[in-house]
Amino acid sequence: MSASLSTVAYIGATILFILCLGGLSNQETSRRGNLYGMVGMAIAVIATVFGTQVTPAGLPYILAAMAVGATIGLYAARIVQMTQMPELVALMHSLVGLAAMLVGYANFIDPAVSANLTPAENTIHEVEMYLGVLIGAVTFSGSVIAFGKLSAKISGKPLLLPGRHWLNLAGLVLVIYFGYAFVHAHGVSDAMMPMIAMTIIALLFGVHMVMAIGGADMPVVVSMLNSYSGWAAAATGFMLSNDLLIVTGALVGSSGAILSYIMCNAMNRNFISVIAGGFGTDSSAPAAAGAVQPAGEVTPILAPEAAELLRDAKNVIIVPGYGMAVAQAQHTVYEITKVLREKGVNVRFGIHPVAGRMPGHMNVLLAEAKVPYDIVFEMDELNDDFPATDVAMVIGANDIVNPAAQEDPTSPIAGMPVLEVWKAKNSIVMKRSMASGYAGVDNPLFYKDNNRMLFGDAKKMLDEVLTALKA
Amino acid sequence: MSLLIGVPREVFPGEKRVATVPEVVEKLIKQGFRVAVEAHAGDAAQIADDAYRAAGAEIVDDRAGLWATADIIFKVRGPDAEEVALLREGGVLVSFIWPAQNPDLLKALAARGATVLAMDSVPRISRAQKLDALSSMANIGGYRAVIEAAHAFGRFFTGSITAAGKVPPAKVFVIGAGVAGLAAIGTASGLGAIVRANDTRPEVADQIKSLGGEYVPVDYVEEGSGVGGYAKVMSEGFQKAQRDVFARQAKDVDIIITTALIPGKPAPKLITEDMVKSMKQGSVIVDMASEQGGNCELTVPGEIVTRHGVTIIGYKDLPSRLPKQASTLYATNLLRLTEDLVKTKSIDGDKIDIDMQDEVLRGTTVIDKGEVTWPPPPPKLSAAPPAAAAKPAVAMPPKPKGHGEASGPMSGTKTAVLFGAGALVFLLIGRFAPANFLGHFTVFVLACFIGYMVVWNVKPALHTPLMSVTNAVSSIIAIGALVQVAPDLTKISADLARPNEWIRWLSVAAIGLATINMFGGFAVTRRMLAMFRK
Repeated sequence: MSASLSTVAYIGATILFILCLGGLSNQETSRRGNLYGMVGMAIAVIATVFGTQVTPAGLPYILAAMAVGATIGLYAARIVQMTQMPELVALMHSLVGLAAMLVGYANFIDPAVSANLTPAENTIHEVEMYLGVLIGAVTFSGSVIAFGKLSAKISGKPLLLPGRHWLNLAGLVLVIYFGYAFVHAHGVSDAMMPMIAMTIIALLFGVHMVMAIGGADMPVVVSMLNSYSGWAAAATGFMLSNDLLIVTGALVGSSGAILSYIMCNAMNRNFISVIAGGFGTDSSAPAAAGAVQPAGEVTPILAPEAAELLRDAKNVIIVPGYGMAVAQAQHTVYEITKVLREKGVNVRFGIHPVAGRMPGHMNVLLAEAKVPYDIVFEMDELNDDFPATDVAMVIGANDIVNPAAQEDPTSPIAGMPVLEVWKAKNSIVMKRSMASGYAGVDNPLFYKDNNRMLFGDAKKMLDEVLTALKA
Repeated sequence: MSLLIGVPREVFPGEKRVATVPEVVEKLIKQGFRVAVEAHAGDAAQIADDAYRAAGAEIVDDRAGLWATADIIFKVRGPDAEEVALLREGGVLVSFIWPAQNPDLLKALAARGATVLAMDSVPRISRAQKLDALSSMANIGGYRAVIEAAHAFGRFFTGSITAAGKVPPAKVFVIGAGVAGLAAIGTASGLGAIVRANDTRPEVADQIKSLGGEYVPVDYVEEGSGVGGYAKVMSEGFQKAQRDVFARQAKDVDIIITTALIPGKPAPKLITEDMVKSMKQGSVIVDMASEQGGNCELTVPGEIVTRHGVTIIGYKDLPSRLPKQASTLYATNLLRLTEDLVKTKSIDGDKIDIDMQDEVLRGTTVIDKGEVTWPPPPPKLSAAPPAAAAKPAVAMPPKPKGHGEASGPMSGTKTAVLFGAGALVFLLIGRFAPANFLGHFTVFVLACFIGYMVVWNVKPALHTPLMSVTNAVSSIIAIGALVQVAPDLTKISADLARPNEWIRWLSVAAIGLATINMFGGFAVTRRMLAMFRK
């Protein structure tokens, strides 16, 4: 395959990737979008493998590596539970980060690359290499930690080292210093020391950044790492002078950045401070001090009474949260929805943008349970409808329905948009205990007169509600 | 000398209302009237003489003197024979008259050469709503009917689950969704009851729903709207179908409130003795039509009776049982009427001459200077549905902007700073970077913009698939490894010590990792997207 032909194939692949992201904009076209992505990827890989840059001698290695990778990838995609999607996505980001690191190192130890470059080009190339490895390393270690947190292998509590902002700053200064040393070093062996030092600092920075972020902020972290993995690919593209990598990396990078921006808006946080990794100060400071303790009593009820309330209702809004994902209760929720809808109850779902641990997490779970997506609404679409709602059922969510966000300006989550379930005639909150949510804020909703608490594991309680409804 | 409005005490037994209140007295005086109120006129409505005095009214002990000196008399109930005799020759009287039911009264008043405005004869057109005393009284009556029912009913209205057990909600059935019926529906559903309602006019179904009630239709096609927005007498077939519906409801509900009236006719008997028998023990019927004989066969007008275990409330004076509220609303209706009289120059200085060209005043005036002008010519248009005003006019707040919608333009300074910074960065790059780099940089910047444009449109529900697909796409990094795994070594001068094995194995590892992503990412996205369905 000639060089021109590869280039044309790359352009085709680029177009397909853009169509792929565009197709994801709504449900009807999304499947085709995914298909475009696959075709684009196949074209890109084939054009490269049979292009001028790969000799046939490499084929056995390539095929072997791809066979192993494909097997693992397909297997993982098949066995993963929908509730584990955030973990899987985080893990995959780490793979991209690691691959970017390895490619950067391979490029770095290859003396042939810089042999024909002018000094200015060489400097730029070294900077690109350095940045590629840096971003790759941060993505890698950050994603590994995010994976650990999401799969509960590491505590979801934010780890706050004293003077952590200074640590980050010191890391940045060191990275710049080593970057300087790296560019001015002569030959691979001289440059190796700054490169490795930078890699270690970058890895530590990635760990530190994600460790400092609480579980509730995970949607932002996941989409942010998504963005980083794109930038890593783009940096690699600069390093290799490969436009396909640059374009694709930039697409993914900006997509992830926009997603994080949307998530930040949904939590009323500052985008810049999130991308810099230095956020979470206000959320992580536990709210106990100074926060108004809600007064009043919580009113517990049992599953049959909850079923009674639901049956007598005309309008029901279900607000799912991470608790539903943990308890794998989405199928039971849909069973209940079906029973109620048959009885003529208008059941809808209200999804907060940051419900769950990943952008759109709840939508995926409900889709898995076959809930039709036209009864699933965004917060903005149905927040005005709560006053006309008879029962708002909150399943394993806390901060996203906390009235303190609107009522208590001193609350750490003040100003965060929330679903106004307390405006419904009745609300039922399903929760394992009275523990506070990730933000560590007590929830005045629980103490409202029109609120009932249904304590217990969401799945078990919903099963009981379902039984009572069918009886 | 300005005109004197006289407000005598109501003499009808049990009547607690009064035709004006201090707030209105002040406004009448501002309009240029003088107001005289008979001593103790407001006692039953908890309005003291001193309050009137403070508002500027003159308190008159001499009843006959008040009637004799006042140019205009404001009353609630129509005058009895003694009061008619007190009314001065050619005087003006404003009160409820019910001319259809009281032809003798009409004759007696005409004989006095009086001018009489009947508050029950205000035409039902939109412009006249502000002085529609029937509606304001019916509204109060509907509210009070529910309160009376709640008083006689032995249970909560609202269903709730308490520590002491579950309380089922009360079921209320309202017959007739005029102003009184709608007020009853709103009050009962406000108290938490399950409310159903029936009316012969199907167009009120939406009004019933807007107040929290459920419309129970009668499956028999017949248009029930009579002239002026009132109901009319229905055919035999319809009445039978209607009775079946009522019989079914009677068995189910706890409280029935009937408000069915047809103008100028006795109230239709809608609830039979058998229906009452079929009701649960302790149920309540409030018959708001008892003044016209009642909608229930067992109603005793003016009294509470218990028949077959069902309490039947037949009060004729429900508005009067909320005397202060009723007086205030009625007085305000009268104030609006005087405003109209002044505006149409019907009252000019101390001269009174009703403008009979004005549709509202023409309808309201039943006797003009001793000449009976009732009934008026029929109104030109059928009225707007009477309770249109009861519908809450909810102003929708502008929806907060979701993402994906165009946001407003940035402020000028912010834009300037942003563009300035951008220009500086581009200048630096252009100054130092080699041409080769710039080509890639162009591609990079444009790609960022394309990504930005494309992703803004993605629905929030698809954020997870978007992430997993971008994740799969970012495995394009494999290309970077592919080009390094086995380049054409012949092109590389042999004197460079290239660690071929190292590079190859690093690349192979990178290819493997990226491939996991590539296949895993696309496969899992496919799996997820397959689940989304309508």
